[in-house]
Order: sequence, then C-alpha cells, then structure tokens
Amino acid sequence: MTKLLRTAQAGTVESTDILITVAPAEDGTGVRIELSTPTLAQYGEHIKSLIAKTLSSYGIEDAVVNANDKGALDYTIEARVTTAVARATR
Amino acid sequence: MINAVGRLIPDAIKGIAPVRPYAGPFAAVPAGRTAGPKLRANNPGSDKLMKSIDQAIEAAGLRDGMTISFHHHFRNGDFVLNQVVEAIARRKITGLTLAPSSLNDINDAILPHIEAGVITAIETSGARGKLGKLLTSGKLAKPAVIRSHGGRARAIEAGELKIDVAFIGAPCCDHYGNINGIEGRSACGSMGYAMVDAAFADKVVAITDNLVPYPATPISIPQTQVDFVVILDSIGDPAGIASGALRISRNPRELLIAEYAAGIIEHSGYFRNGYSLQLGSGGASLAAARFIKEKMLARGITGSFGLGGITAPMVEMLEQGLFQTVFDVQDFDVSSIQSLKNNPRHVEVSASYYANPHNGGPAVNNLDVVILSATEVDVDFNVNVITDSNGVIMGASGGHSDTAAGARLAIVVAPLLRGRLPMVIDRVHTIVTPGETVDVVVTERGLAVNPRRTDLIGNLKGSGLPVMSIEELRQIAYDLAGRPAEIRVSDEVVAVVEYRDGTIIDVVRKPL
Repeated sequence: MTKLLRTAQAGTVESTDILITVAPAEDGTGVRIELSTPTLAQYGEHIKSLIAKTLSSYGIEDAVVNANDKGALDYTIEARVTTAVARATR
Repeated sequence: MINAVGRLIPDAIKGIAPVRPYAGPFAAVPAGRTAGPKLRANNPGSDKLMKSIDQAIEAAGLRDGMTISFHHHFRNGDFVLNQVVEAIARRKITGLTLAPSSLNDINDAILPHIEAGVITAIETSGARGKLGKLLTSGKLAKPAVIRSHGGRARAIEAGELKIDVAFIGAPCCDHYGNINGIEGRSACGSMGYAMVDAAFADKVVAITDNLVPYPATPISIPQTQVDFVVILDSIGDPAGIASGALRISRNPRELLIAEYAAGIIEHSGYFRNGYSLQLGSGGASLAAARFIKEKMLARGITGSFGLGGITAPMVEMLEQGLFQTVFDVQDFDVSSIQSLKNNPRHVEVSASYYANPHNGGPAVNNLDVVILSATEVDVDFNVNVITDSNGVIMGASGGHSDTAAGARLAIVVAPLLRGRLPMVIDRVHTIVTPGETVDVVVTERGLAVNPRRTDLIGNLKGSGLPVMSIEELRQIAYDLAGRPAEIRVSDEVVAVVEYRDGTIIDVVRKPL
C-alpha cells in the first residue's frame, strides 16, 4: 500500500488533455473522484474507473481526486494520473 | 412505425398531421397545386409606407395564432427578427408560429417572448446556443419542425407552411416595396430565401434602413408582392451580416481532409470540363477550394457553375474564369456580396430554384459535386448535422440533404475524433441526410466510399488515396477513444426532422 504525502497535480486544461489533482485521504475512506468532462454521458464511468484502476496499480487505496477533463484519450489519462501520483508520493 | 432509414417514428405526433414516414430520397410524389397568397389590390395613389413596425403589424392584420416568417441572410447581424418579435409582444399578440428560414445566436434575444407565450411553435432550419436548448426542452406547444432549405421552399409552395405575415429585411428598398440585397449599409447579397416567403405569404412587410427613390433596381423582390414598407434606423450590423476576408485554415487536420476531398474529386470521373461544384462553409470544405483550384488550373478544366451559399473561394474561381456562372442563394462574406452586385455571371436564385424537390427541377439536380460538413456519420453513411453529442439541437439542416440528394458526388468531411468523441459511429443520434444519398466520407485517417457506388470505388483505385471501409474508419476511432455510450432519451418528441420531400426522416427526443 502506498500513501499520498501531499496534494499534487499533473496535466493541463488544453483540448484533449486532462488536469489531475490528487490529495491524501484518511485511511479506509477509499478513492473519491470528482470528474468534469464534456463526454460525461459517453465516457464518464469509463474515465472514473480508469483513474481508480491506475491509482490501484500504484497501491493507492485512499485518495481524493479531482479530474478536469478536456477530451483526453486513455493513455493521456493514465500518464497524468501516474505523474500526479509520483509528485504526491515524493 | 419504422421508416426507410430504420428510425422509429411515432404514429401520432402532437401538432403534426399527417405523420408521413420517410420512404426513400425520391419516393414521395407530389399531388395537387401550389398554394398562393390571398388576392389583394393596391389602387393608384395607395401608400405602403408605415410609420413603425407596430403600425405595419396592425395593418397586416396580425392576430393570435398566426404564422410569421423571416429570412436569415443577415446571419448574426440581424436586427429585424428581434425587433419585430418585441413589437408583437408589446401588442399582446400570442400563440404565434415562428417560421424563419433559420435562426442565429443573435436571436437568443427572443427567448423571453417564447417563455411568455408570444411564440408557441417554431418551424425552421435549425438553431444553436440557447435557442437550440430551448427547442430541445419541449417547452413549445408542439415539436419544432426542422426543414432543409429546399424542404422549406417546398412546404411553402405546397401550402404546408402557410405564412400569414412575412417580415423581410430589405437592405435597399423603395416606397412601393421593390427590394434588393446588394445596396446599402446592411447589404446581405442574395435574397434567395426571402423570395419564396414574399411570393407566398398573405401579407408582406418590407423593413429597411435604406429607402431609395423609386424604383429600386435591380429588383430581387418585386413591389407586386409587398404590402407595407417600414423604415428603421438600422436593420442589421454589417460586421455580423458579412464576414471579412476569410483566412484559409492552417489546421493540419482540416488541410489533410481538404486534400483528400480534392483528390476524390480529381479521380471521381466527374472532374471534366463543364462540371459543377458546391462548397460547404466549414473549414475543411473551404480549404478544399484551394486544392481544387490548383487541380483545375493544372488540368486546364473549367466548370459550368458554382452553387450554394457563396464564399470568397468560389468568387475567386468565378473571377479567374474557372467557373462560368455562380448561382447564389445566400452570401457569407463581403467579396461575395460585391461579386453579386458587379458580376453579371453571378446570379441570384431563390431557395426554390436552389433546392425545392417538388418543382420543375432545382439547381441541385444539375450539381456534380458537393462537399458537406458533418457532426456525426454512421456506418450506414447517415449524417447528423442537427444535434450535438448530448442530443441537444445545435446546428441546422440547411442545404445538406438537398445537395446530397441532387449531386452526383456528395462528399461528407469530418474529423474522425472531436476531442475524445468519435465522429464515425454505429448510429448517428439524429438523421438529417440519409446514407443512400452520401457517396464518400472523408476523415484525416482515411476515407470510405458508399458500397452502393461500385463505379466510384473503381475510379478511386490507384488514386493513392487512403480508401477503406466505413467500418474500418469507425474501428480506428473506437480503438483510440473507446465505444461511446449512447445518449439516453425520453419518449417525448421535441422536434421532427422533415426530409426535403416533407416526410419525417427522424425525430429528436428529449435527452434524459
């Protein structure tokens, strides 16, 4: 299990990018994701689960995530989450 | 009932009778005679000049429940529609049907009057922004009716859209109602859409900010069709009516799509002396003009006519002798308006001449090639240009289905993805143009030819163009973005999309 030590960001709000902010959360509170995206109806659930899956791949079980999406594709989302986690655990 | 493009159309739709399902692009056979305005007389010495819009409304006999019309040549610089609706609201007239040839963002100003019940029904080509949201909200007394430009002309001439009072913004007008669109500070160029309204409305009110000594010539709309003339300080904002010099796109994706579109034309079998062309007003379509021009010059090809909403690239080709004639139903920029004014080979035509399927034959029937933009295309080649990815009305039918049906080669251009959203999908949310009339879909990743067009598939072999199946295009998009979940809608029909022949090709249901 990995713990987030501080709030950290990665990404931008340019078209087809996503701005990910991750922050530490109390143990046992799980991953909470606040997502804003122009494709909420089409991909909202998918994006949330991709963020959760990426976090869990780094052993993060508790986090507060804010995702401001501008139409990013999956590999962009994974890359931004990865970088945000690296910054928050450094 | 399920119509010929597989859409479920309710057997009964409030305010729409009869409900005729779409049966194929040329299946509907018209019967009967054209409608016409009431007979009226203006004796010698009569005075058509009114002191105000209010006085004209009263003189025209406008009452609750009637239908009023406008033309959208002033685009986002239009002051006429808003001012007339405000005057009508002041006079406490309610329950009107608003039937403009289209709506622009500037017309958002009438929203309070729709909320207040001055206008309770809308029949038009489309709407964006707040008006588009309103049309999708189901707040009107009956579903909005969406018609193509040709379909609107047909509906008026057939008496299906009966206009009680037409209000016509007149950039140049005399006291007896002769009108043209090429002179004056609010010049808009062609009066093509308004011509049909003027000829078929019971009462016609010309509204001008440029009253000239009798007679105003050239005459686009004649005095014989005009009942009243109102003078205002300003009927439009010139900066909103006509765009300035167009900048050709530098967007590499649009340029690539444009290059492919030009390549398709070159190898299609239609690229020969005397061919004809219509360009859409989207970025890729305009950029294609540059590549087409180069190919025409290189091969020594000259065309017979350019058609449509006219923009500077078409005017340039006319002036360089690459096309003999331009047929013009609407102008988008200053150079097109100037050309209509100065070039005798640049010819103003009505919406009926342009695209009405139920007359002796519209100009779209003579069209070889059209390039059209799209919001979404599906694997059956059906095109949506009216609803956005959330099912909200945000576009206009325009001449899309008219030109696709008429042209020998209808090329639809669209980026494969907009943001994350695939534009080539399983099923478009709303069908405006049936796939049967679409020949090629072009994206930056490749192009797909309608399998019905085996001749075209043969002609494009060896062209070096990235031809693939429409399913392959869709797969590229889905591989990048994933398959989008479908928009969920209620059963409530908020708009009906009429095909150009008056049948219902699709309905817009209220999104959940």
